[in-house]
Amino acid sequence: MTTKEIAGVTIELDENGFMADHKAWTKEIAAVFAKEEGIDELTDRHFIVIEFMRKEFEENGTGPSIRKLNKQSGVSTKELYDLFPGGPAKKAALIAGIPKPQGCV
Amino acid sequence: MSEYEPIKKVSLVCSKGGLDEVYPSLIMANGARMEGIEASIFFTFFGLNAIVKKTHKNLKVATVGNAALNMAMPMLKMPITMPFPTLLGAIPGVSNFATWLMKNEMEKLDVPPVDEFLEMCEAAGVEMYACKMTVDMFKLSMDDFVPQVKGIMTVGEFYEKSAGAQIIFT
Repeated sequence: MTTKEIAGVTIELDENGFMADHKAWTKEIAAVFAKEEGIDELTDRHFIVIEFMRKEFEENGTGPSIRKLNKQSGVSTKELYDLFPGGPAKKAALIAGIPKPQGCV
Repeated sequence: MSEYEPIKKVSLVCSKGGLDEVYPSLIMANGARMEGIEASIFFTFFGLNAIVKKTHKNLKVATVGNAALNMAMPMLKMPITMPFPTLLGAIPGVSNFATWLMKNEMEKLDVPPVDEFLEMCEAAGVEMYACKMTVDMFKLSMDDFVPQVKGIMTVGEFYEKSAGAQIIFT
């Protein structure tokens, strides 16, 4: 476990560099993670994905599959790839403050 | 962190057309895109079954001559070590049943059916091509394929397209 100074607070990261405690997440933290991943600004569309992922994680203990996200959040697969270029599931999970996704699809 | 360079690009060759033979290519191509890896699939020989409009929704699991079908026995609440008799597999409807069973299990894992999976792959940026030689052999043309197929390619073009990629044959 490592820690990281981010948006003025110290947060704990798991062995994959994802937030160890999703409850410590704030929008400010999300913005810093997003910048590190090359996303300059988080829009409302990003937050639809982020909030859906957090809700899904709180209810099921794991992030959603892309298919589920697509069907239930109303963000299409294509848009998801545009919002989080270069690896949507992992990047969105990182920014949403939940662990690395476990599923394969 | 790994000491090796991350994979940047994969080219999958899908050469077989049973349901269980097509899924690996789709899952790996889509999975590559999820990791930010460039991915394409080259469908050849019976793998074309997965992209022909008239057949792609009806791919089957083979129940005759499938020596590893014992793997599916736990789905019938039987031990994984129990072989599935080929003669039984030849009875009409048994392959359909095995197919249904597998589709059902895949759905539980949130793996989409083939038609929806092809759409998802395209939306994710997977490029899909049909192999020219086998397209000619099976007397097919672009009109026979689902719209997600970008084109028909020769082996040479496939290798050109795969420059810098890891090639995976399934």
